[in-house]
Amino acid sequence: MSDLMKVSSNPHIRSKTSTSSIMLAVVIALLPAAGFGIYNFGMNALILILVTVLSTVLTEYIFEKILGKKVTIGDYSAVVTGLLLALNLPPSAPWWIGVIGGIFAILVVKMLFGGLGQNFMNPALGARCFLLISYTSIMTNFDCDAYTGATPLAELKSGKAVDVLSMVIGKTSGTIGETSMIAIVIGACILIMLGIIDLRIPGSYIITFVIFVVLFGGHGLDAAYISAHLAGGGLMLGAFFMATDYVTRPVTIKGQYVYGIILGILTGIFRIFGASAEGVSYAIIIGNLLVPIIEKATFPTAFGKGGAKA
Amino acid sequence: MARLTFVGGIHPYDGKNLSKDKPIKAVLPKGDLVYPLSQHIGAPAKPIVEKGDHVLTGQKIAEAGGFVSAPIYATVSGTVKAIEPHRVVTGDSVMSIIVENDGLYEEVEYPVRKPFEDMTKQEIIECVKEAGIVGMGGAGFPTHVKLSPKEPEKIEYVIANCAECEPYLTSDYRRMIEEPEKLVQGLKISLSLFDNARGILAVEDNKPDCIDVLKNLTKNEPRISVKALKTKYPQGAERQLIYAATGRKINSSMLPADAGCIVDNVDTIVAIYHAVVEGKPLMNRIVTVTGDAIADPRNFIVRIGTNYHELIEEAGGFKKDPVKIVSGGPMMGFAIFDLDVPTTKTASALLCLTQDDVSDMEPSACINCGRCVDVCPGRVVPKLLADYAEHYDEEAFLAHDGMECCECGCCSYICPAKRQLTQSIKSMRKMMLAKKKK
Repeated sequence: MSDLMKVSSNPHIRSKTSTSSIMLAVVIALLPAAGFGIYNFGMNALILILVTVLSTVLTEYIFEKILGKKVTIGDYSAVVTGLLLALNLPPSAPWWIGVIGGIFAILVVKMLFGGLGQNFMNPALGARCFLLISYTSIMTNFDCDAYTGATPLAELKSGKAVDVLSMVIGKTSGTIGETSMIAIVIGACILIMLGIIDLRIPGSYIITFVIFVVLFGGHGLDAAYISAHLAGGGLMLGAFFMATDYVTRPVTIKGQYVYGIILGILTGIFRIFGASAEGVSYAIIIGNLLVPIIEKATFPTAFGKGGAKA
Repeated sequence: MARLTFVGGIHPYDGKNLSKDKPIKAVLPKGDLVYPLSQHIGAPAKPIVEKGDHVLTGQKIAEAGGFVSAPIYATVSGTVKAIEPHRVVTGDSVMSIIVENDGLYEEVEYPVRKPFEDMTKQEIIECVKEAGIVGMGGAGFPTHVKLSPKEPEKIEYVIANCAECEPYLTSDYRRMIEEPEKLVQGLKISLSLFDNARGILAVEDNKPDCIDVLKNLTKNEPRISVKALKTKYPQGAERQLIYAATGRKINSSMLPADAGCIVDNVDTIVAIYHAVVEGKPLMNRIVTVTGDAIADPRNFIVRIGTNYHELIEEAGGFKKDPVKIVSGGPMMGFAIFDLDVPTTKTASALLCLTQDDVSDMEPSACINCGRCVDVCPGRVVPKLLADYAEHYDEEAFLAHDGMECCECGCCSYICPAKRQLTQSIKSMRKMMLAKKKK
C-alpha cells in the first residue's frame, strides 16, 4: 500500500455536536415563545419576527461579503440573534424598528468586535437597549390590538392587583416573546435536555432574584407577588435564553454561579428600586460587562494543584 | 455511594464491540523484525549484537543505556540483517536492530526461578529490569524505575490500571478474561515489594465480567481489592485513576509515588509475572487490530518487532479503504502515514478508520460554550490555553496552568467549533518542556 494516510495530532475523533447544531436547537427552543407571541399579538408580531431575522442574517452576509470574509450565516447564530431581538420588541412596533435593531445587533455589537464569539455583549440585548434609548416611545408602548394599558409588571409596581394565571400562560401585554412563561419554559426544557444549557446560571439567577424580592419587595413571602415577578417581564426569557448566551457569560463553572447571583441582585434592584418596572435587559448587559472580572476571580484550580506536595 | 470517578471526561462511541469477543490469537511473524532502540522513556538501549550475528528467540540484543532505560530482546531466531534507522509510529526515524526471521523460533533456555515469595525485593526488581519491562499502556516508562521509589515503605497502594478507557481497545479486556490469574499473581509480586501497600484492581464498570472474575480470584487475598470505576474517558489516565481509586490528587510535577501510589497497566503486570515466575523477558504484547476498515477485527498476541502490514493481513486485510490509521486508541494514539512500522512495547492497538473527523470538520470561531471547561479532567480552561498557545504567550500559558494539561484530547473531542485545542496546547507544552531542559 503506497497511498499515504491522513495524519494529524491526537485526538482523531470528534463529537457530532457543532456550532450550527447548537444554534439550530436554540432557534427551535425559541419557537414556542415565538409561536405564542404570534398567536397572542397577531400578524404584526409575525412580520416583526420575519423582518428582524432577515435583517440580522442579511447584515452578517453583506458585511462578510464586503470585507471578503468567509460567510458564516450557515451557523445560524444570526438567526438566533434576530429571533431573540424580535421577541424583545413590543408587538405594535413598526417593521423598520426590527430592521434597525437587526443591523445594530449584528454590525455594531457583533461584527465590529470580531464576529461570532468575540462580542462582549449579547447582540440582541445590546440592540434592544439601543432601541429603548433611541426610540423610547415606540419601545415602551405596549398598546396593541389585543391589549391596552400598562404591562402587568408596571401594574404590579404601581401597586395594582394582577392576574398571575394569565401571566403564566402569557395572555397579557408585553414584548412579543416574553409574556408566556409556559412557552419559554418548554423551550428551556428542550435546551436543558439537549445539554445545550444547564441550570447553573438560570437557577442561581432566579433563586437570587426571588430572595431579593422576598427581602426587599415589601411583600415578604407573598406567593402571588413573587409569582407575578417571576412570570412578568423578561425574567424567564432573559434567564434561560439571554443570560445563558455562551459568548457573553463566564466560561468558568464557579463564575457562572457568581454571574447568576449578580444578575439576580441587579434585576431586583432595577425592578424594585428603579424608575422602570423592568430591568432584566440592563441587568444582563451590565452582567456581560463584568464577565472578564468574574472569570479572572473564579479561574479554576487545576487538578492536583494547591495541595501540599506529599 | 457515588460511583468512583473524577470530574470532567467524555463518553465517545467506544467501538469495543468490534473486537471484544474475539479471543487472543497468536501471530507468527513472516518478514523481518525491527527493534527500535528507543521504545521507552529514557536513554536508548545499546546494541550488543552485530550485523551477521545469529540470534535466538529470547536473546538479549540491546542492553539498557542507563538507569532509566530498558534492554531489548529478540523475539524470533534468525540473523541480524542491519542496524540502521527505521521509521516508528511517531513518524521519527529511530536507530533499530533488524533481524531476518529464520522461521525456526529456536529459543534460549530461560533461567529457572525460585518462588517469588523466597526472592528478595532486590532480586525481583532485578528480574523486572533485566526483562526490559516498560509501561505498556503507552507511556513506556521503565517499570523497574517505577518499582524502586525513594521511600518504598511510603507506598500504600499498588494500582493495576484495568480501566482501558480508550475507545476501540480491547487488549486489556481480553487479557483479564483469558489470563486473570497472571494479572493477580503479577500484582502480588509487585505488592511483595511494598510492605505497607494494598493492591487495587481498578476496572471500568463496562467490564462487569472482568470485575466478577477478578473478585472471585482475589476473594482470599486480603491485600487486594477490586474497584469498579465509572465508565468514562479518560478514567485510565494515571492522575484520574489514582483519584478515583484512592481519592488522592497529584499534579503534573508529582509522581504517583508522591501520593503513595504505584500504577501499572494490565499488560505490564502480566509481563512482571512472566519475568519473575517464568524467567521470560518482555517479548510480546496484545494488540487490538480494529476499526471499520478492517475485515475481521481481532486481538492478537504479537511478537515485538512485527511489521504492522502483517497484523493487517492477519485481521483479514481491509474491507474498505482506510482513510486514517492510528497506532493506539483514537483519543491519544499516533496517526501513521505508512504501515511499514514495527510493533513496539507500547503499541496497544492498530485502528483503521474509513473516515477522518479531523479533516472532515473545519475549525471555526470559538463560541465560548464552555464544554471544554466542563470536560477537562485537568480542570483547566482549554479554550484560553489554546488561545495563548496560538499566540505563543508563554507567560499567560504558564500562569493559567497550561502545563497541567494531560493531552487526553477531551476538549478537542467535545468542541462544537471543532477547534484544535489539544493540538495547540500539546505543541506549546512540548516547546515549554524543551525549553526547560536547556
